[in-house]
Amino acid sequence: MTDIKQTPDASASKSTPTHTIDIEALTRGRHTQQIADESPCLQIKDLNLFYGKKQALHDIDMLIPKQRVTAYIGPSGCGKSTLLRCINRMNDLVDGVRIDGQILLDDQNIYDKSVNVADLRRRVGMVFQKPNPFPKSIYENVAYGLRLQGVKDRRTMDHVVENALKSAALWDEVKDRLHDSAFGLSGGQQQRLVIARAVAIEPEVLLLDEPASALDPISTLKIEELIYELKNKYTIVIVTHNMQQAARVSDYTAFMYMGKLIEYADTNTLFTNPHQKQTEDYITGRYG
Amino acid sequence: MIKQWFKSGNPWIWLTASAVSVSLILVFGLLLLIAARGLGHFWPATVWEYDYKNQDNSVIRLIGEVHDEETVGVQRLREAGLTIEGDADVTRYLIKTGNRDVLGQDFRWVLKPAIQEMRTPETLIAVERREWGNLYGYLDAVQENQQTVAVGKSAWESLQQRLQRATALFAQIRALEKNEIGSINHGLERLRLRERSLELENNTNPTEWESIKQERATLNADYADLQQRLIDLYSAINRDQMIVTVSTGETVTVALAKVVHAYQPNAMSLFDKLGFYMAKVWEFVSDEPREANTEGGIFPAIFGTVMMVIIMSIMVVPFGVVAALYLREYAKQGPMTQLIRVAVNNLAGVPSIVYGVFGLGFFVYFLGGNLDQLFFPEALPTPTFGTPGLMWASLTLALLTVPVVIVATEEGLSRIPKSVREGSLALGATKAETLWRTVLPMASPAIMTGLILAIARAAGEVAPLMLVGVVKLAPSLPLDGNMPFLHLDRKFMHLGFHIYDVGFQSPNVEAARPLVYATALLLVLVIIALNLAAIAIRNRLREKYRALEN
Repeated sequence: MTDIKQTPDASASKSTPTHTIDIEALTRGRHTQQIADESPCLQIKDLNLFYGKKQALHDIDMLIPKQRVTAYIGPSGCGKSTLLRCINRMNDLVDGVRIDGQILLDDQNIYDKSVNVADLRRRVGMVFQKPNPFPKSIYENVAYGLRLQGVKDRRTMDHVVENALKSAALWDEVKDRLHDSAFGLSGGQQQRLVIARAVAIEPEVLLLDEPASALDPISTLKIEELIYELKNKYTIVIVTHNMQQAARVSDYTAFMYMGKLIEYADTNTLFTNPHQKQTEDYITGRYG
Repeated sequence: MIKQWFKSGNPWIWLTASAVSVSLILVFGLLLLIAARGLGHFWPATVWEYDYKNQDNSVIRLIGEVHDEETVGVQRLREAGLTIEGDADVTRYLIKTGNRDVLGQDFRWVLKPAIQEMRTPETLIAVERREWGNLYGYLDAVQENQQTVAVGKSAWESLQQRLQRATALFAQIRALEKNEIGSINHGLERLRLRERSLELENNTNPTEWESIKQERATLNADYADLQQRLIDLYSAINRDQMIVTVSTGETVTVALAKVVHAYQPNAMSLFDKLGFYMAKVWEFVSDEPREANTEGGIFPAIFGTVMMVIIMSIMVVPFGVVAALYLREYAKQGPMTQLIRVAVNNLAGVPSIVYGVFGLGFFVYFLGGNLDQLFFPEALPTPTFGTPGLMWASLTLALLTVPVVIVATEEGLSRIPKSVREGSLALGATKAETLWRTVLPMASPAIMTGLILAIARAAGEVAPLMLVGVVKLAPSLPLDGNMPFLHLDRKFMHLGFHIYDVGFQSPNVEAARPLVYATALLLVLVIIALNLAAIAIRNRLREKYRALEN
């Protein structure tokens, strides 16, 4: 894996705009290459989304690099969650949605007619805002995706469940009560369980839709640390309301406003030296 | 002041609380009434002996239990042609005199003022017979093979012993007739049907015919054996009889084979009476009815009711759940689904007799008739499924209650949080997998609620059943030891219909009335038991699939 302890970019120290975030403290382990130099995992091309007649996303064009954390920030209703849900076609479930444009996952358009949605979602996992464990045991929650794939062998299953829980940093807390109900866990533990559940089927991309917004600060911290760990293996796309969080966890950040992608750059640049006035206004807290 | 009180909201609490209390009082009052009226019937009542002055001034002896008591105006009695002295209202008793074979009736009214003396002699016996109702009188002698073997005090002890023997023999005969001979008859009938179907197929394969012939020979040989055993048992049971002097002074000879119980109610201690009471109650719930349903037990009716409700549940749940799944999960929500929902809700309000008529026309005559043509041609013209029976009754009730299950299931499905569905879909589950693995289990408590409501409605339903399968007296239970064990084509008995039949179609209304109450109580208990079972299951599921409320 790439070097985690890279020195912070020089631009981090020259804090031109007066913003509320202490960037310097937040830039450990950051990749600061140009987006164009990264190897792409997802390419979003000319994406337009309509709810009935109302257009929610306008001409989104962006490239999401492999094994990096990309964050979407922006005020409520700006379309960042909608865009995230386009990546695993969750919006298909909403009535009256029309989508133009393409999203390429390994050069294959996921909106192509030949794509099996269930297969796509196996490759693009998702974690939601509120923890949503199933009313089953902890073990069965993690095993759910594998059972869907028809895995029956107990030993394989045990192995995968253990690894998934370990990679979600939950194993030590639950290893003695794997067969208890998942509802007995705390909110933060439930959210890590849901991440373990998503990781168990080894997706390529992990979409996190405000994964920590319903959690207390300590749980939030744990989730953020988990994101650090997970980006070694997965491409992570995260939507967050919380700018500090975006600054802390992401390599690249996209600022969205009114359904448009306003600015997309490496996180340091975006937070310290934004090119767009709207971005600057937002990160300095003038609106949002 | 008053205004203040109104403002405080207290009147509202009082109003709502009193509504609850009134409902509770009504429910408990109802239960208490039927319990008191029904359960008293099994208590061994005191048997009185009266010296009673008739209207023509002759004094006669009456023996019987007091069955009812009322106060009548003098005027009314005088108008009825009775001479009464004085002007006070008169109390009169309804006496159960029994001895229908001697007196021609079981009950008579007696006026209290005309009773000259009343006694409770300890030697009075009450005999519950298999025919002709109760007998009251004094035991004279016990006979064996027409020879007197005991008289006086020893006769009572001898009678008890011989009665035990007779009851045991009777149970043997019943078992033999019902089980062994029943299964031989069943086998013979199957052979006849096999023969007939061979005929219909023009099958002349000699081995087939030969095997039928052989099996029939074995069955007939078995039957001859059993027949002989039966004859022996009958001659054994008919050995003893007793001589009883009844109130008119006549003597009556009763074969012990015809006696269910013989007891001396006036000589029994409270403890004896309790034991007797328990035995009678047990007999009521475990035995078969006798004497046009006015005596004996109601076991076949309990069995039929429970059986029908269970089969109905097995049919209604999958059907209702699948329909609700389509309506809620797959159908495009719009005016059409809304219309269907309204129609389903209205279906729940259609009078049940309409379902009965539909069941008779569609299930029994159309479906059943065609099933017979297709699968049971050898039995024709005797219908197999083309006649009212357990299956059609259950199916009719399933149809009657399916709206309830649909509505409850839809309600449950709509309450499953979207986040759980999305969680499952995000792991690569298809919609069907999500429904099957996550949504349906979570909706199962709601489905059980639907089933509980369905059971509550179906178990008490009578009107449609009269058209599609319930009978006054079913010769055999729908479940027995003969292949295929569960006989869905059989007619069955039902507690609700039993109440109607005993109460209103009975030749002996007065004697049957307590049974109406007892049966009603039992029906309520059966429904409560079925509901409690369903509620217990639901609560377990609820605990298991407690939905996320955060």
